[in-house]
Amino acid sequence: MTGPAGHLIEISGALVRARCLAPVGLNEVVYVGDERLVGEVIALDGDVATMQVYEETAGLSVGAPVEASGGPLTVTLGPGLLGGAFDGIQRPLDRLAISQGDFLGRGQHLAPLSADRLWEFRPTAAAGAMVNAGDELGIVRETDALDHRVLVPPGVSGRLADIAAPGAYRIGDRVGAIGNGAGSVDVGLAQRWRVRVPRPFRQRLRATAPMLTGQRVLDTFFPLSCGSAAGMPGGFGTGKTVMQHQLCRWARADVIVFVGCGERGNELTEMLWKLPGLVDPRTGRPLAERTILVANTSNMPVPAREASIYTGATIAEYYRDMGYHVLLLADSTSRWAEALREISGRLGEIPAEEGYPSYLSSRLAAFYERAGHVVTLGGREGSLTIISAISPAGGDVTEPVTRHTQRFTGCFWTLDKRLAEARVFPAVSVEDSYSAAFADLESWWHDEVSPDWAPRRREALKVIEEAGRVRHAARLVGEDSLPDRQRLVLRVAELFEEGFLRQSAHDAKDASCSPARQVKLLSLLLDFYHRGLEALDRGVPVPALIALPVAAALARAKSTYGDDEIAGLDALAARVARECAGAGKAETGGAAS
Amino acid sequence: MTAIAGVEYTGLTALRGPLAFIDAVPGLAFHDQVELTVADGTTRAGRVLGVSDRAAVIEIFGATDGLTLGSTRLRFLGSPLRLGVGRELLGRTFDGMGRPRDGLPPPLVVEERPIEGAVINPCRREYPREFLETGVSAIDLLTSVVLGQKLPIFTEAGLPHDALAMQIVRQARAPGVEGFALVFAALGLPRPVALRYEEMFRGSGALGRMVAFINVADDSAAERLITPRCALTAAEYLAFDCGMHVLVILHDITNYGESLREVSSARGEVPSRKGYPGYLYSDLASIFERAGRIKGRPGSLTMMPIVTMPSGDVTHPIPDLTGYVTEGQIILDRALDRRGVYPPIAVLPSLSRLMSDGIGAGRTREDHEDVARQLYAACARVERARSLAAIIGGDELSEDERRYLRFGDVFEAAFLKQDASEARSIEDTLSRAWRLFADVPPADLTRLPSELIERYLPRGGAASPSRAMEVAR
Ligand SMILES: Nc1ncnc2c1ncn2[C@@H]1O[C@H](COP(=O)(O)OP(=O)(O)OP(=O)(O)O)[C@@H](O)[C@H]1O
Ligand SMILES: [Mg+2]
Repeated sequence: MTGPAGHLIEISGALVRARCLAPVGLNEVVYVGDERLVGEVIALDGDVATMQVYEETAGLSVGAPVEASGGPLTVTLGPGLLGGAFDGIQRPLDRLAISQGDFLGRGQHLAPLSADRLWEFRPTAAAGAMVNAGDELGIVRETDALDHRVLVPPGVSGRLADIAAPGAYRIGDRVGAIGNGAGSVDVGLAQRWRVRVPRPFRQRLRATAPMLTGQRVLDTFFPLSCGSAAGMPGGFGTGKTVMQHQLCRWARADVIVFVGCGERGNELTEMLWKLPGLVDPRTGRPLAERTILVANTSNMPVPAREASIYTGATIAEYYRDMGYHVLLLADSTSRWAEALREISGRLGEIPAEEGYPSYLSSRLAAFYERAGHVVTLGGREGSLTIISAISPAGGDVTEPVTRHTQRFTGCFWTLDKRLAEARVFPAVSVEDSYSAAFADLESWWHDEVSPDWAPRRREALKVIEEAGRVRHAARLVGEDSLPDRQRLVLRVAELFEEGFLRQSAHDAKDASCSPARQVKLLSLLLDFYHRGLEALDRGVPVPALIALPVAAALARAKSTYGDDEIAGLDALAARVARECAGAGKAETGGAAS
Repeated sequence: MTAIAGVEYTGLTALRGPLAFIDAVPGLAFHDQVELTVADGTTRAGRVLGVSDRAAVIEIFGATDGLTLGSTRLRFLGSPLRLGVGRELLGRTFDGMGRPRDGLPPPLVVEERPIEGAVINPCRREYPREFLETGVSAIDLLTSVVLGQKLPIFTEAGLPHDALAMQIVRQARAPGVEGFALVFAALGLPRPVALRYEEMFRGSGALGRMVAFINVADDSAAERLITPRCALTAAEYLAFDCGMHVLVILHDITNYGESLREVSSARGEVPSRKGYPGYLYSDLASIFERAGRIKGRPGSLTMMPIVTMPSGDVTHPIPDLTGYVTEGQIILDRALDRRGVYPPIAVLPSLSRLMSDGIGAGRTREDHEDVARQLYAACARVERARSLAAIIGGDELSEDERRYLRFGDVFEAAFLKQDASEARSIEDTLSRAWRLFADVPPADLTRLPSELIERYLPRGGAASPSRAMEVAR
């Protein structure tokens, strides 16, 4: 580029306009002002370009130069992403801290991935072979938890003219050359991809396996399938972030991309502090080795917040294309929608509802469409699952972001303020949550875990629902006037809540729960219920049943017997049978009168 | 700095609320500081809110009545708004823009800093983990504050939030902390309230280690938008440059939000909820996120903003969005206040999110977290029993429920309630909680591990197991 492409004619917050001397393209990256702030062209009108600036704009003046970069905003994809922390447009926060100090400065252009670091490359394709997009050229061991497959980029195919020998390479080095009629394309360890464009794949597959979270209320009652999307609305303090952190830790995904989108700085600091010390239960390696943080906190520039979920999704798709199961956690998409609203407002667009632009719903739809269980271009099976927190204004779930998200996700985990206030965690409301994935996943649970899962789950939901009705009646007439059966339902529902639904993030044995243990716990509780009903028929009073020592043991079973102590639960089952059968005889009957 | 610095201009084209419009001024930069001189010789400060090749919009801090289009002169200072910082700020009182308000000459400053501050790189933040003892039982035990946290007080008009804020200022201590520096910003407070604060500061002897920025109710709305930023610029200097532990009290964020709405609507911006601008959340975050700690720097910036919930409505945009940014909230309750309970802290909806990593063995005491959880559980039962009693009457309640009703009364009288001048140590607070547990059915003490029960539960008072069986239903 020789000379500036244009000069500023207007500055209004994060939005600036320039009159252009040379043509610039839509979505082209520009450098604004003498400090060369990063911006992106978002509208063109005659020779006037409107740009959003990804950095603080104070101090910019009319007439300041605008320089065109010649290319669109991209994400750099290659080894070194895992364990990294980036801002919304993929500036490396950890390396920025070294070059800039404690506070984020302006106009710093650091490449997302280190250009000097050497990676051990092992070729897996042979020179001379015909290769297509998505085919593997070689492998880099990115972390001890994960092999990074170096793939032929989308849109490239031909004869592999050259492939690098095993050895250490930098991300800028060429590791392969692919020739076709038009010439030769070099393939390096890293590639770039447009930030808002989904990466292609060959074919969508039906969801058949769950994305296990280790959280009982989710896995058992509101399961999510691999490759689908879930929304998690909840007022402030209801536990969205804690849940996302739990999922980051326990979800059975190969790679996790956590997008902190307009939330608190300290929450990201907490992750940066804790992740390296936490061990991935599946690989035995530090969790940081499978995690990528995209962090654009609430006080960072708003346009970069808008870009952050796309940056996260693109990185996630990149690992999906290697054949991995990737989980994208976004906290929170409401803040992303607000960024959209703010930019739209500054553009002077006509708002639809609550100031949001009318394209809010299509943008949300496009984002959730990026979830999927797919056959990649290279013929591997991979998936991208999206779980996004939603922060409805005033906790009102009829507001636009919540409502539209509901249309594009099959799974909704609603967090309830009242439960959170009573410190019942996770505060997932059984009444207000749903999942459409149950039917798809029934056979997985049947084959892989236990045939009991589906029937037990249905039955448990029935008990909980009945308890809701009975509780309502009890509120009107007092509990003592209810028939025994209903009083037992109430007590059993409480036992369900304590012994199954409630799961503390801080419990060493119970923070995560394996599928097998979930089914066992559920069966135990239902077994107690059935035997309790039989005992009622024999004339045993409800208080005597509830006072059985085994009832207290059931409430605590989740924290007494961890995932590798299932035998303890079997022993407990025998105790349930014994004590229920003995109830009403001699001692227990007397004490409860 | 730039060519226009110091040059005078005239020719305002329009005045609307706190905004002034002028034809294009070459070289004028976004957010530049402006000085306006009115016909009578008085001056106002202002800031550039938007510039184009045709016009510029200026936000005026200070009264705009009497301003005329023709005779108002403008001088552009060529730099964004700044505040002079230095240790000499301590002991001083300023107006909402950082000009001395105590009749003394301007303090000696070491540096001028832009009041917008800079964003702390999340990788450079230190996760806050040091317990701050306020001496208030309900806060220390149930919503523990840590150094570097932002924890607002949600209140309603007429509740004793200022007394509580002052009590915290007087009593706050932490291991190795000599006494806090205090930065106070009055945001649109009625004069009598601001005066009361100033008196309290003098009376408590805190004056020497505090800085106050006062913007009262009839000061300009636009000025109110920069008052907290001045206060935070001072606080950041004391915390991160001088290594002090600084407590910042911003009162009242609701007035701040109203001002933001006023300026936004004068600019003709598209409103979102209740007329507030769509960027209210981001704007509040740019204030609250300045709290924290930084790796390798000794000080901390702890923030306790006070938010009056309009008509007591916590879902109103200002408390709602505040709650979405801050790390918890302390909620004051009208009913408790009516019952004469001071501090009237509603335990269940209050929350401190940074608590669990800042308490426990070596920080407060090994039993802290479990005791807090047990107390929450008991309070939730009290709540249920009370609402049931309101519907079906006390007589229909079970023995268990009646017991929790009694527990609730004892809890309020012997734990929650304390004198505004009473500082309780965390040990004292914890042992009060244990004494309360003596009245809880042992079967309900599920949150407490048995080792702790053995060590701390007072003997004799505890209900015997047989009695527990009798009342268990
Ligand atoms: N599963 C859990 N186990 C234990 N405590 C929890 C759990 N979930 C939430 N909490 C408690 O609730 C607090 C608030 O949770 P969290 O920060 O996740 O809320 P949030 O929904 O993300 O709120 P916001 O929208 O304001 O970000 C936590 O600090 C913690 O004390
Ligand atoms: Mg959160």
